[in-house]
This record gives sequence, structure tokens and C-alpha cells, in this order.
Amino acid sequence: MSSVISVNNLRKSYGANEAVAGIDLNIEAGEIFALLGPNGAGKTTTVEILEGFRSRTSGTVSVLGIDPDIKGQAARKWRNRIGIVLQSTSDAGDLSVSETIRHFSKYYSNPRNVEEVITAVGLDEKESALIRTLSGGQRRRLDVALGIIGSPELLFLDEPTTGFDPEARRAFWSLIKTLRDSGTTIVLTTHYLDEAEALADRVAVINRGKIMEISTPSLLGGRSTSLATVTWLDGLILKSEQTDNPTALVCKLSELFENEIPELTVKRSSLEDVYLEMIGGADGEK
Amino acid sequence: MEKNKVPSAISIGIARGNLEIKQFMRQRESVVFTLAFPIMLLAIFGSVFTNELTDGVTFSQYFVAGMIASGLVNTGFQQLAIMIPVERDFGTLKRLRGTPMPASSYFIGKVIVVFVTMLIQVILLLIAGVLFFGVNLPTDPIKWLTFTWIILLGSGASTALGIAFSVIPKSGRGASAVVSPVVIILQFFSGVFFVFTDLPAWMQQVAAIFPLKWMTQGMRSVFLPDSFAAQEVAGSWETGRTFIIISLWLVVGLILSIRTFKWEQDR
Repeated sequence: MSSVISVNNLRKSYGANEAVAGIDLNIEAGEIFALLGPNGAGKTTTVEILEGFRSRTSGTVSVLGIDPDIKGQAARKWRNRIGIVLQSTSDAGDLSVSETIRHFSKYYSNPRNVEEVITAVGLDEKESALIRTLSGGQRRRLDVALGIIGSPELLFLDEPTTGFDPEARRAFWSLIKTLRDSGTTIVLTTHYLDEAEALADRVAVINRGKIMEISTPSLLGGRSTSLATVTWLDGLILKSEQTDNPTALVCKLSELFENEIPELTVKRSSLEDVYLEMIGGADGEK
Repeated sequence: MEKNKVPSAISIGIARGNLEIKQFMRQRESVVFTLAFPIMLLAIFGSVFTNELTDGVTFSQYFVAGMIASGLVNTGFQQLAIMIPVERDFGTLKRLRGTPMPASSYFIGKVIVVFVTMLIQVILLLIAGVLFFGVNLPTDPIKWLTFTWIILLGSGASTALGIAFSVIPKSGRGASAVVSPVVIILQFFSGVFFVFTDLPAWMQQVAAIFPLKWMTQGMRSVFLPDSFAAQEVAGSWETGRTFIIISLWLVVGLILSIRTFKWEQDR
């Protein structure tokens, strides 16, 4: 495996305030990598440095083998290989979906087929609709279409499903997985932990400008070995017990009730529980 | 490595020009306003001031020269200095920055949309002037040559200065309030609404620093008889000086716009 992004001791200060305080990161080709962290943790600053939108104070950064802090023709060649889906753009929207996507396809050396991209993001029925008539979720899918039209090797997604209904989110997740399966490396920032869990191969938690942990969603914060909570209904009372051996407890209960255990659940700590514990409540907030 | 050859800045610029024209034409209110407003002004001023300035030179004739010069400033400078901060606020510029599209293509697109809207505006104004307000068009080809270079140089300078000025408004919402007074004051000072030589000397001197006064004077040299040149401040049309000053402003505008252009509002 080769690193698509490698970051070494990255720092960014604004005056006395160190927004990014020494970050090391390696993102491999073909993975979906999620960055989690509260507002003001340095998540956006880090991603914007990777995207070439901001300069850094110190450290080394390589994205697709190039330092993003470049200009001119070299920057154009580099951007030709990257797709960026930013947070909300709110143009006047006097162009149609297909006009906009077709126009953006002219920026790239090797654009994807416009019709295929429209189908991929599920906007077939809205192809000739003006952008200002689209719903929030449809607009977001257009944003993604514009991010992938240049057939990028690397795609940045910033809060991609904000404002989606549950069905649209599921559809969107499967689109992102399809992109990953076709070889695109994806860097995702999100506030939704279920989204990170459903999509990401690995997650990094950033707080106060530093990386707390990098792991797979199922192993983050020792989730897999943490105590499980077993709950069941005993008569009219809901009972619960924490254990590191839930299977044994369930077997014991099974004997006790002779067949079905009423209202049985076995729950491991969720990604959200682990995450909240890691960032220590809300003190990472600005 | 054909595969990695990004499209040229010029071809992307032309694509942007087409797109911007399409967008402009779809905003009906602004199309009507941009194209009809100069004609309305001509109708108002032409009806209020019916006197002749000298033999055979009506105020309408004088005013048409000023309105064409103003059109260069309105479609270029004013339009861009208001629209670009709006595009910056909307995140349109940041999105473009994330693509292989270079800033030069964005500028080329703006030059194209300004030139096309300006041309339509001027043609409609001249047609209305000739049909309804007794405006006479020049017959001398030399005058049309002057007309052409003032239009080209003037809209270029106006576009460049509009992009340069677009860094000044702090938000898209407030842009109009910052930009419009600058344009209106410049129009009064430059002899668009009044006969330039009737203005106080200090106003004339302030106006002489800025390009609109020279575009207006240049357009008068096209639309007024040569005998009128004696009535100008310098007693002549000062064609050479007009060329030099508008060119200088074009260069200043280009340098400033390339140096100071902002894709995002500073935080």
C-alpha cells in the first residue's frame, strides 16, 4: 500500500493560538478515512491545508506526492487529480444541473461522462431542472457530482450529508462506497458518528489540534473489549448488568427463563460513547 | 502523458464567458434594468434639457456620449465590484479555487460577459437615440475608429478595475452600498449628467485623475462636431492623452486585480 497523504508534525498557528499542534497522518490509497472532532478542534484547518486552501506554519505535507502549497501550472496539474466537496455553496442557481456539471467537466483533462455522473448521484429526474429549484439534499448531491466529475484519485468530503433525510443518506453512503471500490481515496469529515461507522475504513479523532487516536471504527477507544451492557425484563422490572463476558450471562439467563429472555438486549459502547469519552465532553468547543 | 494535460486557461476562460452570459441572460430583472436604464436616463435628460449647447449640438447629443462612457463603467466596474463579493460570499469562488481552473480563466470569463453586455447596451442606446431623441451618428470612419478603441480599452480598464475593487466590500450584501456611490459621484464629476466645462474647476481636476472623464471626453470627440473641441477645457479633444490615461488605468487595474484577488473573505 502506498500513502496518498502523508503529514509529519503539521502545525498551524494564528497568533498565539495553535490551531493544529503537531499532527502526523498517513492515508493509504483506496481507503475511506474519516476525521472526527468537535468544532474548533483543528479539523477544518487540517483539511484545508491538505486541500491547498491554507498555508501551514511548519511540518511537511505530501498529497498525491505533491506539497499542496504550490502555485501556477503545477497547482493546476495537482488539482486535476483531486476532487473537493466543500460545505454549502449557495449560488443564485440560474443554471441547470446538467449545464453546471458539463461546464465543470471542461476544467479537467480526463472528465467522467456527464450523464453517468448524473445517474451516479441520483439526479436523473432533475437533469434539466434549475439549481435553485433543488432541495437541500439534491443540491448536496450536485456538489458531490461536481467533486467527482474530474475522475479524481482523491476526494475530500466535508460534512456531505448535512440536511439529508435517512433514505438519501443511505443512498449517498452506497455512492461513496462505490467510489471507494473503484479506487478513489476518500477523506471524510463529519459530525455524524453513525456515518463514520458506516463508511470509514479508519477514523482519526482530533481534539485541541492533536490526534487522540487513529483506528478502525470498531476498535476505536478499546470499544471491542469494553464492558457490554445486558438488559432484560424480570417480571415488571427492567434489569441491567455490565459484564466483560455477556455470552455467559445470556446463557445463565436463558436457563433461568427456560426459553425466551424477555426484552433482551446486549449493547457494546457505541462509537459515539467512545468518542465523547475521548474528547472529554464539550471542552474542545470554542 | 497526454492524459494529464489540463485544458488551456483560454479555452476554460471562453467556456466561463459563455456560462456567465447564459447566467446573466436568465436574470430577467437585471437584464432589463442594465439594458433599459441608460435609455430611460436619456429620455429623462433629453426631455428636461431641450436647449442647444451650440449651433446644431443638442443636449441629447452631448448626453449620449456620456451615457456610452458610463455604460463602460456600469457593465464593467460597477457590475463586477458588486457581483464578485457576492460570489465570494456564496462560496462560488472557493469551489472554483478547488478545481484546476486558473484565476486567469475566471478573469477572461468576466471580460467576455462585460464586453457582450456592454455592446448590447451601447447598440440599444444608439438605436433609441437615433430613433427617438434626434441623435446624429458620425459618418467619418476615423471617428468610428476612435469609438472602437475607446470601447475596447475602456471596457478592459473598467473590467480590470472592477475585479481590483471587488476586494474592498466586506460582504456581498454590502457591496452595492460601497460601489454605487463611487460610480455616481464619478459620473457627476466627469461631465456625464452636466456639461463638463460648467462644473467647478476643482471638480474637473478631481475627475481628470479618473478614467471616466477621459472616456466621456473621448466619446464626445466621436459624437460632437470637431468645432465643439474649442469648448473643451483644453480647447481640444486631447485624443493622445485620453489614450495614454485609459491605458495606464488598464495596466494599474490588471496589476491590482492579479495581486490582490481574494477567493475567500478573510476570517
